[in-house]
Amino acid sequence: MPVREYLGLSRIYGPLVVVKGVEKVGYEELVEVVLRGEKRLGQVVFLEEDQAVIQVFEGTAGLTQADARVRFLGRPVEISLSQEVIGRVFDGLGRPIDQEGEVIEDVRRDVYGEAINPYTREYPRNFIQTGISAIDGMATLIRGQKLPIFSGAGLPHNRLVVQITRQAKIAGGEKFVVVFCGIGLKHDEAEFIQSSFEETGAMKNVVMVLNLADDPSVERITTPQVALTIAEYLAFDQDMHVLAILTDMTNYCETLREISNYRGEVPARKGYPGYMYSDLASIYERTGMIKGRKGSLTQIPVVTMPNDDITHPIPDLTGYITEGQIVLGRELHRQGIYPPISILPSLSRLMKDGIGEGFTRPDHPNLASQLFASYGQAQNVRSLASIIGEEELSEADRNYLDFARKFESQFINQDFSEERSMEETLNLGWAMLAQLPPSELNRVTREEINQFLQR
Amino acid sequence: MSKASIFWINGPVVKARGSRDFMMNEMVRVGNSRLIGEVVDLDQDTLTIQVYEGTRGLQTEELVEGTGRLLSAYLGPGLIGGVFDGIERPLDRLAQAYGDYVTRGVELFPLEEGRKWRVEVLKREGDSVSPGEVYARIQETSMIEHRLLVPPQVKGEVVEARPNGEYRVSDNILLIRNGEQEIPLRLYQEWPVRLPRPIKNRIPPSLPLITGQRVIDFFFPLAKGGAAAIPGGFGTGKTVTQHQLAKWSDADLIVYIGCGERGNEMTQVLEEFPQLVDPRTGKALMERTVLVANTSNMPVSAREASIYTGITIAEYFRDMGYHVALMADSTSRWAEALRELSGRMEEMPAEEGFPAYLTSRLSEFYERAGRAETLAGKEGSVTIIGAVSPPGGDFSEPVTQHTREFVRCFWALDRNLAYSRHYPSVNWLTSYSEFVEDLADWFENEVDTSWNQLRTEAMALLNEDDRLQQVIKLVGEDVLPDEQRLVVEVGRLLKTGFLQQNSFSLTDSFCSLQKQFQMIDLILYFYRRARELISLGMAISEIKRGAVYPKLLRMKEDIPAAQLEELGKLREEVEKFFDELAQRYGEGVRHAG
Ligand SMILES: Nc1ncnc2c1ncn2[C@@H]1O[C@H](COP(=O)(O)OP(=O)(O)O)[C@@H](O)[C@H]1O
Ligand SMILES: [Mg+2]
Repeated sequence: MPVREYLGLSRIYGPLVVVKGVEKVGYEELVEVVLRGEKRLGQVVFLEEDQAVIQVFEGTAGLTQADARVRFLGRPVEISLSQEVIGRVFDGLGRPIDQEGEVIEDVRRDVYGEAINPYTREYPRNFIQTGISAIDGMATLIRGQKLPIFSGAGLPHNRLVVQITRQAKIAGGEKFVVVFCGIGLKHDEAEFIQSSFEETGAMKNVVMVLNLADDPSVERITTPQVALTIAEYLAFDQDMHVLAILTDMTNYCETLREISNYRGEVPARKGYPGYMYSDLASIYERTGMIKGRKGSLTQIPVVTMPNDDITHPIPDLTGYITEGQIVLGRELHRQGIYPPISILPSLSRLMKDGIGEGFTRPDHPNLASQLFASYGQAQNVRSLASIIGEEELSEADRNYLDFARKFESQFINQDFSEERSMEETLNLGWAMLAQLPPSELNRVTREEINQFLQR
Repeated sequence: MSKASIFWINGPVVKARGSRDFMMNEMVRVGNSRLIGEVVDLDQDTLTIQVYEGTRGLQTEELVEGTGRLLSAYLGPGLIGGVFDGIERPLDRLAQAYGDYVTRGVELFPLEEGRKWRVEVLKREGDSVSPGEVYARIQETSMIEHRLLVPPQVKGEVVEARPNGEYRVSDNILLIRNGEQEIPLRLYQEWPVRLPRPIKNRIPPSLPLITGQRVIDFFFPLAKGGAAAIPGGFGTGKTVTQHQLAKWSDADLIVYIGCGERGNEMTQVLEEFPQLVDPRTGKALMERTVLVANTSNMPVSAREASIYTGITIAEYFRDMGYHVALMADSTSRWAEALRELSGRMEEMPAEEGFPAYLTSRLSEFYERAGRAETLAGKEGSVTIIGAVSPPGGDFSEPVTQHTREFVRCFWALDRNLAYSRHYPSVNWLTSYSEFVEDLADWFENEVDTSWNQLRTEAMALLNEDDRLQQVIKLVGEDVLPDEQRLVVEVGRLLKTGFLQQNSFSLTDSFCSLQKQFQMIDLILYFYRRARELISLGMAISEIKRGAVYPKLLRMKEDIPAAQLEELGKLREEVEKFFDELAQRYGEGVRHAG
């Protein structure tokens, strides 16, 4: 498809421009908008007769109607890929921003990818160790799973994903890489993340795709897709186990809403477009494993819940697509517990098929279920205590309160630089159960108690 | 063929003009990549098309070409065990031919064309045939005999018939003459998916769809030919419940539609079902299952079509005289596809952006459920079980509300139950089944005459327990009088020992009606005996001493279906336990007196 060039814009509104008199333009085709030598990239989002509506990734500020030239490039948004992407930093359109020059190209890929045929998927069945007890023990991350972190403003989700990036590994020593994707990150956050990867040497196994808070917001539309195109390539062309971390998907959704509103579309809930579910699915469903291919693609998207509201459309639609969720709690955070993971609403749906005998340790499923049940019971006791007072509680109930305090301060709580092996996490779990009388432990077997419970 | 030129592109919706020869709902090929689409609006020489594949790269002035066919399903041998996308493309062969990602612009015939089937031909030259009649048979899988049906609009005299033998799907088996017309009958027929297949009569529901799930069969039963909804926020267990029903319900055939949901869940079915054995026939479950998979990342218009493709396949097997159960996970994603397409077509929205015709589409879909006398006078049924995914888990939203109007069974999943890992998280206070009365006779005749009475009794206890739980939250359990504490203890037995049912448990994933009945009977027996003693002044703590109470809690797991006599023994144990208490306690009374 030849490049076609037109002079002049007939309209500029928000991040969108309209060009008239065009011919043979492709839907979602990549375009360059050029003004006085300065190039901006954009994409066709609507075609009617001889008019094309284009969303300009770098924003429209400073564009003029008369002088801007629009060049239709005859191809979709693509990026160059090879193994060399590892250790590199890219912007939201996949251009290197680390002064190390262009990436030598092995293949070029359309950043939106194609849907994996459900028939060719392989069911995910093995775990990734994050070194964080609350996750490894209670909501284990499985290779090929999409497991979001539901957080809130001011909670330490970025610390947590940095820690996961540094510590995550898989048993057996196969090649493991993290694709870290920042969407609308603030400068200090990006600074903290990058320097902590460089200091610890983690960067050599990381690819970064960065869109900062003051980068053009429209670029956020391609940012996660660029990151996942890189991740897919490493996982399915290069046989690697890849963990993609996307922070923060809430910024992505805000941009989606903004563009939708400019286009005058009828919104569904809270102003977000009706297609947000499908749009998010086109990101989250890129995760998985494929029959006959060695690698895997796992995703941890971070979602900050506006107002801590889990029913807000962004976490809600995310939860409908992903395979469980890790929820951060403000209450735990206030008590100084890091990472403040709320155990009860957190769930890894794929955990049951990737832990226990042959994966982690045979006692893991029962242990996790017991810890969950006991901690759940402790929460009931807590709410009763808050009404009738702790003194009125029975002896048995007070045991539960002790258990919960220990569980939070020793099991959930761990240092930012502390990495626990799966073995350590599980043993620690048993040590917590030692707070409770054996008669209360009905989810674990007698044999397990004898083997693991030390008093 | 009719042609028109594209002048408008907005995602999956495309407009073209230049011809008045297109039919409404005609299948068309769109653009140079020959994407598959359907005409959804005709206005003078302008047509609106919903495209079933991604439109990236499509250009204005490319052409739309008619095919002369309505969007139809191909119905014939080879559907069972298969997995198809929303417009019935076979995903297994698509993968073999085009690789691991769904490729655009390819059309594959859904039924394997090269495969030969052993056909027994039931009609001879000179016979007359009428709509819906079986003219040939194929043993398609070890569980399903595929009955080839005379299509609904065809009748006449057989002028040519092939002998029994091996044939491909496109081979002609019979030639029918009706006046001037000669109609060949092959191993397959076509049916436009948006039209219900005709039946002779509806038959009122009176048979249960037995699911092996206690909360459903015992408390909120579904009739064969009925429609049920499973609404629930994310993670409450809609998909697991749908999978359970697909595995264990006593339908002859299952059509499972993964509509805008996860790819891995389809994979799970594909990996699990061939391994799982049907408890009634001992055959692999995949031998009675048809999968329609249009996952959330596949094109949204094909998601809209997937529901119709699925229900058409279900009706086709119903017409053979089978009881078919169809699961749609999730109908909300289908409704959202309608909304998205409607939005792109710039239609006027009604509630929350949904088009005004949402209600009529929902009702048309659920109306296709039913128990029927087929055109050929046999009995068959289509049962529909639709998952509903309300935004924020809020049941007041339009899809849940409108669905309620068209289903008679409502299994409300509850986020709090799911959070506390009470599965299935069917809330026993807000769920209902309007089939309870229709099915009352069946349960009394086939299981036990006291079935309905026990149901009422257990439900009353659960209601009372719920009321007491509100009190307990405020003051703790210890302060309640013993009669009430007994209700709470028995409530616990009912909730943990009976309602909770772990789908991943080998013993308890499926629970026979006999076992369900004996379990509930035993729990209520326990209650009556304990109540009697407590009214005489026995302390509540007595009932939890000894082995009986924990055994009742665990009987679902400890006693497999094959050893139901163990439940009889447990009952004797309970009797003995209370007899002893009564004796001891009776003496106590005498002493005091
Ligand atoms: N009957 C059940 N037994 C055991 N676990 C269940 C059951 N129902 C649901 N679950 C648990 O809940 C999780 C979410 O269930 P799922 O059906 O996928 O939810 P939904 O489809 O409503 O989002 C499952 O991964 C499983 O861990
Ligand atoms: Mg689901």
